[in-house]
Amino acid sequence: MGHIGKSAFPLPSEAASAPGAEGWEDLYPYFTRFRPEDDEKFWFYNSMHFPEPMPAFDAMSAEIAYMALGAVTARVFAFPTVLGIEYRIVNGRVYITSHAVTDPAKITERLALFQERAGHYYQNWATLFAGWQTRMKNLVAECSAIRVPELGEFEPGETVTNARGFAENHALRESWDRTFELYSKMWHHHFEFLMLGYGAYLVFFQFCKAAFPEIQDQSVARMVAGIDVLMFRPDDELKRLAAKALEHGVDGKFVEGAKPDDILASLRQLGEPGKNWLAELEQSREPWFNISSGDGFYHHQRSWNDDLSVPFAALPRYIRMIKAGESMDRPTEALKQERARIISEYRALLATDDDRGTFDQMLGLCHLVFPYVEDHKFYCEHWFVTTFYNKVREFGALLARNDVLDDAEDIFQLRHREADEALADLMLAWAAGIPCAGGQHFKPIVKRRREILKALEQWNAPPALGPMPDAVEDPAVQMLWGITSESLQRWSAPIEKGRENEVTGFAASPGVTEGIARVLKTAADIGQILDGEILVCPVTNPSWGPVFGRIKAAVSDIGGTMSHAAIVAREYGLPAVVGTGQATKRITTGQRLRVDGNRGVVTILG
Amino acid sequence: MTFVRTFQEIALADRPIVGGKGASLGELTKAGIAVPPGFVVCTEAFRQFLATNDPKNEIGKTVAELAAEDHASISTASAAIRQRLESVPLPAEIEDIIVAGYEKLGAGTVAVRSSATSEDSEDASFAGLQDTFLWLGDRASVLHHVRACWASLYSVESIAYRRRLNLPEDGLAMAVVVQRMVDARAAGVMFTRSPATGDRSVIVIEGSYGLGSCIVSGEVTPDKFVVNKVTGDVIDRAISQKTMQHIPDRARGGVLECAVEGARQNEPCLTDAEIAALFTVGKNIERHYGKPQDIEWAISQDDEIFLLQSRPETVWSRRDATPVAKPARSALDHVFATFGGRAAS
Repeated sequence: MGHIGKSAFPLPSEAASAPGAEGWEDLYPYFTRFRPEDDEKFWFYNSMHFPEPMPAFDAMSAEIAYMALGAVTARVFAFPTVLGIEYRIVNGRVYITSHAVTDPAKITERLALFQERAGHYYQNWATLFAGWQTRMKNLVAECSAIRVPELGEFEPGETVTNARGFAENHALRESWDRTFELYSKMWHHHFEFLMLGYGAYLVFFQFCKAAFPEIQDQSVARMVAGIDVLMFRPDDELKRLAAKALEHGVDGKFVEGAKPDDILASLRQLGEPGKNWLAELEQSREPWFNISSGDGFYHHQRSWNDDLSVPFAALPRYIRMIKAGESMDRPTEALKQERARIISEYRALLATDDDRGTFDQMLGLCHLVFPYVEDHKFYCEHWFVTTFYNKVREFGALLARNDVLDDAEDIFQLRHREADEALADLMLAWAAGIPCAGGQHFKPIVKRRREILKALEQWNAPPALGPMPDAVEDPAVQMLWGITSESLQRWSAPIEKGRENEVTGFAASPGVTEGIARVLKTAADIGQILDGEILVCPVTNPSWGPVFGRIKAAVSDIGGTMSHAAIVAREYGLPAVVGTGQATKRITTGQRLRVDGNRGVVTILG
Repeated sequence: MTFVRTFQEIALADRPIVGGKGASLGELTKAGIAVPPGFVVCTEAFRQFLATNDPKNEIGKTVAELAAEDHASISTASAAIRQRLESVPLPAEIEDIIVAGYEKLGAGTVAVRSSATSEDSEDASFAGLQDTFLWLGDRASVLHHVRACWASLYSVESIAYRRRLNLPEDGLAMAVVVQRMVDARAAGVMFTRSPATGDRSVIVIEGSYGLGSCIVSGEVTPDKFVVNKVTGDVIDRAISQKTMQHIPDRARGGVLECAVEGARQNEPCLTDAEIAALFTVGKNIERHYGKPQDIEWAISQDDEIFLLQSRPETVWSRRDATPVAKPARSALDHVFATFGGRAAS
């Protein structure tokens, strides 16, 4: 990428510490800091995955994810024109840059490998994907089963009678290390198919843009998107549970605003009918309630299983709808027919038989790979990551019981290598028969870091840093970054006069509507939304599913035309604008909005 | 011998006797599309008229001898021939049949347009050479303007064009469309492929208040609506300030300019329901002809949608031959070509 003139963005070296957050560097490893030579490169803020300042522990999700991503693109499949992604953290925000291969001889060498290796995956996709699902299920099961030893006064007798040969403090080390090994392995599995899946999509996408210069991203997405995808499943389970509540005659217990614990307690007292419904609930919970309220990167994004208030908030309404005879089933047949119609109409509009042949080939490949693209998040970011963070909490609880931390949650204020040190402290102290030294050391650190994180939240992160590239043409770069020359333009352009009240993003689902904004920061706040309001949120995922039946339109900070919000909005026929970057900052609850899902514009009317 | 045909009696194949415009209107009428009713004065009527008034073919001979670059001679010849054709009487038989057709239309206001039979008439450079007369309200002016259309074959531009291409004067013919006028509340054009990019997956509608003539003449920047041809979603809209409109000049024929009141100037000239209705019509017409169309439409004062004209799109359609992507044996080859940088291409 070449550079042009003066950049619209500050240089990395110009980014000063946020006021009150002095010492933030201490939260992250040394290699995440900007270096003098970084001023030469163009970096952009990965707000898509890391929209909030990174707690010290959670920062390892960037470290490990980029280790895996780069390995897959640069080393495993040898994508011809790209290596991996480099990242830095400044003021708690993750900035990334990619590395391109430009030497023609290298590209040729890499292309030969890529053809062989990517070819192997594409040609055996279905079989390999089935194997992947098994591997992922085993990974989750193993992580969940990891035992966190208690380190009691004496070693259990079995250590001796079975001649195990190592004590519980070593078992603790194995458990801790294994937890991280599994996490790292999960990210490798995550990217194993993903880049190839995106690649197939991008090829079709570019073809569509060339054949139909005015086609909207959302139209391409509608041809590719699957109908039977896992992301709808958690919401479908809630509908099933609502029906079961009526079937077992326990629907009266589900009243608006009731606490899940109280509902569960009253069901337990109901005898057989209550027991039957609770059995249905258990069946739904594993695995379908293992969905994160976030995107799988932050420890505080808990799953439905961790906090039943999100799913339970949807039940009273679903029960009412069933009673009123309203259909809640997804019209999958109709959706399939509509998708087939859209595909055949676009196909018919192509000018030549050659193009129709190409269209069939490319779309066929998309349909082959897309189940992975759509479903991997459930296995990885939702099921595995929420399981992993809960396991880390168990280690946090152990440290808290040994007075290294005040609370189990405090472990997330330590870098994972610091947590490793704290556990070493515990292993040693237990062996020596003395108290841990970590309390004195870590408790002030935890306190200060919470203050730093609060201060970092106030920092207005520039969308990019460094000299702007003159063009983003390499499809692999576009694919990995999710940015194009147009999005760079949009970020760097000052807000036009007369358009100060507009927030722009991706046109994700068609239609234009007006209504009242409801800004929700997390899925846990879903209960606040009123029927017919416009949802404005950072990001949505399957845990937001129940809200789509109530809203008039959706606006998100994060996400593209294939994001959860976009797909679900299209299915519900609601206008949606996603990936605005700033909707939750610029819009407040109660404002009147016009959402234009055809053009990707949200207008704040007042 | 057929001197006149109503739109219902015309199919596309009748082009040699009703001209391109007439054939198109007949075809649209047959396809069930709401076209303002009308009839065509066929080429045979022109031939009969010429045979009666110029039995020795003096006109044809004069024109055939003109040199394409001799502008002065063409000019002189044109004036003489047009004067002659506009002053001689119509054969009674033809006059009666045109008047009968006009009476059947309700004897109200009509448009009289020339409808050329030449294959080249789709060529934009020639299409503009033919005449259109609007808001004619009585039989005398209808008859007069039918003749004016015929005479327009001998305009300086038309003669120069034929001489330049060395087209024969023998068999030269012109049909004339007589069609009921729509007093439009809004009117405009519709392209079933994007004029800007040639994209066949969108329909572009341009419209303004009043008659469509102010858009055609470029006096008003029309509102523009881009509709996804597959889903029907309006994917872009640009509402412009429309300060004036054309209204019918019933007294003198033709159109009058009049101001649009302030409040309406920046309002869209079409409702979403009207955009949707036009979209459906556009899609149906394209399907009927099997290729992209440029369409003129109008919405009457009582909200009825009419199609005034539909022509095959020509600018982009000529470029269709090259495939978008190089054909490959398999989808994987496309992936490799995309990700292989220059090495793969």
